[in-house]
Amino acid sequence: MNARDVVLGRVRDALAAAPPEPVTVPRDYRGRRELPDEQRMELLVDRLGEYRADVYRCSVAETAATVAEALGDVRLVAVPGGLDGSWTEELTGRVEVDSAELPVRWLEDVDGVVTSSAVTCAETGTVFLDASADQGRRALTLVPDLHVCVVDLSSVVVGVPEAVGRLDPVRPTTMISGPSATSDIELDRVEGVHGPRTLRVVVRVDG
Amino acid sequence: MSSAFLGIPTPPPRAPYATGHLRGDQSFPDAAHTALDNTQQRRNLGKATATIRGKRDRMADELPDWEELRSAGAALKADVLARLPELLERFEREVTERGGVVHWARDADEANEIVTRLVAEKGSDEVLKVKSMATQEIGLNEHLESAGIAPVETDLAELIVQLGADRPSHILVPAIHRNRAEIRDIFLREMPGVDPNLDDDPVRLAEEARKYLRSKFMSTRVAISGANFGVADTGTLSVVESEGNGRMCLTMPETLITVMGIEKLVPSFTDLEVFLQLLPRSSTGERMNPYTSMWTGVTEGDGPGEFHLVLLDNGRSATLADGVGREALQCIRCSACLNVCPVYERTGGKAYGSTYPGPIGAVLTPQLAGMHESRDDPNASLPYASSLCGACYDVCPVKIDIPSLLVELRHQHVEQSRYTAEAAMMRASSLAMSSAKRFTKAQRASRLGRVLGGADGRISALPPPLNAWTSARDLPAPPKRTFREWWDSEDGREAVRAARREAERGES
Amino acid sequence: MRVALFATCLGDTLFPDAVKATAVLLTRLGQEVVFPPGQTCCGQMHVNTGYQADALPLVRNYTADFADESIDAVVAPSGSCVGSIRHQHAIVAERYGDRSLRERVERAGAKTYELSEFLVDVLGVTDVGAYFPHRVTYHPTCHSLRMLRVGDKPLRLLKQVREIDLVELPGAEECCGFGGTFALKNSETSTAMLSDKMRAVTTTGAEFCSAGDSSCLMHIGGGLSRLRTGIGTVHLAEVLASTEQRVRPEEEVSA
Repeated sequence: MNARDVVLGRVRDALAAAPPEPVTVPRDYRGRRELPDEQRMELLVDRLGEYRADVYRCSVAETAATVAEALGDVRLVAVPGGLDGSWTEELTGRVEVDSAELPVRWLEDVDGVVTSSAVTCAETGTVFLDASADQGRRALTLVPDLHVCVVDLSSVVVGVPEAVGRLDPVRPTTMISGPSATSDIELDRVEGVHGPRTLRVVVRVDG
Repeated sequence: MSSAFLGIPTPPPRAPYATGHLRGDQSFPDAAHTALDNTQQRRNLGKATATIRGKRDRMADELPDWEELRSAGAALKADVLARLPELLERFEREVTERGGVVHWARDADEANEIVTRLVAEKGSDEVLKVKSMATQEIGLNEHLESAGIAPVETDLAELIVQLGADRPSHILVPAIHRNRAEIRDIFLREMPGVDPNLDDDPVRLAEEARKYLRSKFMSTRVAISGANFGVADTGTLSVVESEGNGRMCLTMPETLITVMGIEKLVPSFTDLEVFLQLLPRSSTGERMNPYTSMWTGVTEGDGPGEFHLVLLDNGRSATLADGVGREALQCIRCSACLNVCPVYERTGGKAYGSTYPGPIGAVLTPQLAGMHESRDDPNASLPYASSLCGACYDVCPVKIDIPSLLVELRHQHVEQSRYTAEAAMMRASSLAMSSAKRFTKAQRASRLGRVLGGADGRISALPPPLNAWTSARDLPAPPKRTFREWWDSEDGREAVRAARREAERGES
Repeated sequence: MRVALFATCLGDTLFPDAVKATAVLLTRLGQEVVFPPGQTCCGQMHVNTGYQADALPLVRNYTADFADESIDAVVAPSGSCVGSIRHQHAIVAERYGDRSLRERVERAGAKTYELSEFLVDVLGVTDVGAYFPHRVTYHPTCHSLRMLRVGDKPLRLLKQVREIDLVELPGAEECCGFGGTFALKNSETSTAMLSDKMRAVTTTGAEFCSAGDSSCLMHIGGGLSRLRTGIGTVHLAEVLASTEQRVRPEEEVSA
């Protein structure tokens, strides 16, 4: 018999040896919470601040200026193919579009990256990227040292269940809560190990 | 051989005796003896566990629905165990449909062979690793090395442990027993290309690890990971981490191999909404860990073009066969129970001799690998490595009743052991206390103990096995009268009468 | 109420003062206290050491006296014994007993209370009229805290005691390292835990360390005695039964 059949057979035998009761999962934890824009914004800004991520607030019209401010005077900026071109209009550095055809090594020379985001959870300060065209492949937001991520307030939800509910399970998804960090040495938090050492979140309010 | 042939279920086998890390080479009390003498380690552990404990408490207290989340988490994992065959088959189907290749491993030996073969087929002599309990459990690194493949641990703490030719002492922070000066020395000694002027500032140490590993991430073609969750209804896998080394390993190489215990499933993608709240808060005491990756099979143009998933039994089905003990399989490896355990805090993780230390290790290890597999099996001492204080149960995010499991495993150990002096003593005391008549007789005999007491009524030395008590504690000599003798005496009757009078005065 | 006292084997044999205090206190609070003489031991040590089969006669013996309908409640001055009765007797009865034993276990367990639970939850009192003019620190004990969930009930009772100087114990919720046969099987780890507990007790400057369980007090007291700290131990029941007339009312010096 192959290993698959053996393991599944053992599992069936194990359950037959002591048949379990059917389980009903209680779902009375909080979900589908809603908060007014201002409160979601405050919660998100507070949580991002605790992770020592930099936060910029702006209106949709101010996007390009704010993205430029968040990137500072970096020389080479990478963007995903589906990013709104107007967002990078005010950048001083060179802007290159990443694509799957390019070897990931080129990203080592990139100083900063600008992407959009799929959904954001205010309560935990977590930005979700799902590799859509305006967010790019996963390596894009991993290799460069500075990540500027644009979040629309309309995509900010209160809690984790609301955020998970908006995901497409098939898409490769990365949840980001502040810059990369380690506490492995005497539990001293050190920011920036292998991922971007700096995370800047631009929160856009419609209108 | 399955039930289809015999009509009665066959007990599934435990993990192989000597492969991997599910058994130490000495009993817990012996290993603890060495650990308790290590004052540096005890200081490091005490500080670390207290810090994480405080953070966890704040993060759990912050959520008004923490208890509801725990109940949901416990039920979801119990549901997974109850429906494991169908969920595994569904999971396999989903992963396969999305371009993944699923392998099944009966035990550590088989899993090691599968992974090593896959790496060798790629022609790689070096492989990246994300911190993973399952691969440590099966001793994958040793197996790869024996095949001429160098595994590179990429989690900072695992790297410290690997470079120091050491063993991990904690699930979450494996190098918790090392301080910064020790880590600097290890880096200077073992890390290729290290800056010879390296000091012991954690920022500099982390920077050095970043430099060392960056070139590996860019050039290594195969990576091996574990999984925090496997989603049965979508085939999605998830790795929860902090440093970004996980993202690197899951994204950069051409081939990804994930080794996952068969119990790590959750039923549906939606259920992650529960565990993504429970795990980080219980584990690192954060609202959310910096990075969580989720992937489903292979995605064109993003990440590894080849994905292999190894589903590991290695004693899990044997654990599942025990209707009580199977609860230990609900564990999501958060390590909250380690941080609150007064025994772990003092002995550290290595004393447990297993990849899984602390309270959960004391119930999981003997079930995965057995505790009667040899004469004086070290694993037989694990269920006793607890004062049953219950702190572990209180913090467990999936409500594993570890104290009750410890008591159950002690029962199983006694049932399967030969008759000992202790058993004779327990039998005798049971007999003596099974009726009041025999009990009062024994009480009178115990009063002979009064002669052991000094002038101040203290007993300071007793023969074995009770000398283990008097090594550090006195015992009061038995009193002149037992309670029941007092109750039946004129003093006792008068005391009760007096109390009754007070009660009546109080009422009037 | 007709309240049966469960002395516990340790209380009956080695620490009778705590049981006497319980009897006096409950009587003073208007209860009809009885002591069923057939009682012996709850079997906790057997169950916790793995000897469930040997606990069976003890479980049976416990229910023989205490499941009786003439008894309204059973009170024991021990959190761990009550924990064992309420949580472990059913396991033993399920494994080794018949239906009738399981029913008796259920009946007896449902009306068995630890002292502070009985006072606060059943009798609804926190001021029992006690007087104890000493500096006291309270160790809440693991089984009262985490198995029975008595919470702050003992402290609410102690706060009402006249003239008491109640001082908070640092790290109060941490185990003292007793754990029954754990103290023998893992003596060194147990001692390391005890040392930290004693250090905490000593820093409070208390004259007495109190608790609701004689077994934990035996452990802490045994350590404090060995180190000649001069700090005594006193059971919660003894504090609560003390009055202006008689502090530690029924104390018999053991030697």
